[in-house]
Amino acid sequence: MLTKRIIPCLDIKNGRTVKGVNFVDLRDAGDPVELAKIYSDEGADELVFLDISATEERRKTLVNLVREVAATINIPFTVGGGISSVADVEVLLQNGADKVSINSSAIKNPQLINDLANKFGSQCVVVAIDAKQVDGQWIVHLMGGKVPTELNLFDWAVEVADRGAGEILFTSMDNDGTKNGFANEALAKLSTLVNIPIISSGGAGNMQHFVDSFNSGQADAALAASVFHFKEIEIKSLKQELRNNNIAVRL
Amino acid sequence: MKLVIINYGAGNIQSIMFAIERLGYKAVLSNDPAEIKAADKVIFPGVGEASSAMKMLLASGLDALIPTLTQPVLGICLGMQLMCNKTEEGNTQGLGIFDVDVLKFSNKVKVPQMGWNTIYNLKSDLFKDISEDEYMYLVHSFYAPDCVESIATTNYEQEYASALQKNNFYGTQFHPEKSGDVGEKILGNFLQL
Repeated sequence: MLTKRIIPCLDIKNGRTVKGVNFVDLRDAGDPVELAKIYSDEGADELVFLDISATEERRKTLVNLVREVAATINIPFTVGGGISSVADVEVLLQNGADKVSINSSAIKNPQLINDLANKFGSQCVVVAIDAKQVDGQWIVHLMGGKVPTELNLFDWAVEVADRGAGEILFTSMDNDGTKNGFANEALAKLSTLVNIPIISSGGAGNMQHFVDSFNSGQADAALAASVFHFKEIEIKSLKQELRNNNIAVRL
Repeated sequence: MKLVIINYGAGNIQSIMFAIERLGYKAVLSNDPAEIKAADKVIFPGVGEASSAMKMLLASGLDALIPTLTQPVLGICLGMQLMCNKTEEGNTQGLGIFDVDVLKFSNKVKVPQMGWNTIYNLKSDLFKDISEDEYMYLVHSFYAPDCVESIATTNYEQEYASALQKNNFYGTQFHPEKSGDVGEKILGNFLQL
């Protein structure tokens, strides 16, 4: 049986792992390669590296870091941040990344999703969507949640799936940093609308939140950062707890 | 031992290179028929879309070479699928090594299958000292149905062949280079065949 995935996310800025509360006030949580190895050994199913400074500062994702991570760990990882072209993706895949995550660039140029899927296959194209509720509507946001777009979360999710995305990483900006749980209602709705895997992100505070996200949110994978980085939740215990709740996990 | 990874422009070769290095071996990337022929072991990787990958093989003439190889050959993921008769992806003719047609998962399940699933009904030395029901990492929308050449089974929508073998040709749908320590051991088994 295909298992639900637990994915620590390493937000990278200047080569270090950071995690913000609602994407501001960044705190230093360590060396990315060291963290990657620890998570891999503890049973993380995948890793996501997000160069959070990349979009704002128009820096390219850290290719050397990708190489170092790929040389060190033997589980899949995704790289995101500042990716805006087929050439950007080629470099990352050539250096050992398994998937790339695109966000703003997909909104600015939706054709990029088709181009990447055609050239590299859907399996390596993750479209990250940051959204929050505005007047009762889930609205997609840019630049780490700072800039609202005209896109509705659900319409956009259907479009990216149609264009060939292999997976959607949905971050609820309303939940991110709150530690009050994932946006399960929106997640469950996403799963009814598209037939590709959905990663839930934003709001993990305790183990029950993960259970809820897999059960009521129907997520295929759950992503979190600070609860792992600051050892508030250990991955092994989390997966044991999920299994105790009859959720299939790799242990 | 001379280990060659066939370099035809498809996908993520670096992960396999690194995994091989962690196992203490060195691999050479090559699209040179003479070099591939002379290798002790050949890895045929593949990530991406079947018809464009096949086009690259045709352009380099490797489509004719690969089925004639006599040393152990391991196709991984799309590599394995291209070693089959044909695949529904892009309605692509394969190399015809494995006598099976690759099909697409239906919409009853999420496509692609993405993540860790178990392998069982293990046969062949590729799985020497590997327990049944170990978890492997899989990312794919197309699958090889269960068949006589199956040496591992996985269940997603239905049981299908997650590894194949015919004579010196091996194929894994899963990514041994991305499947933790057990995956690395399977890759190590191949290198010791």
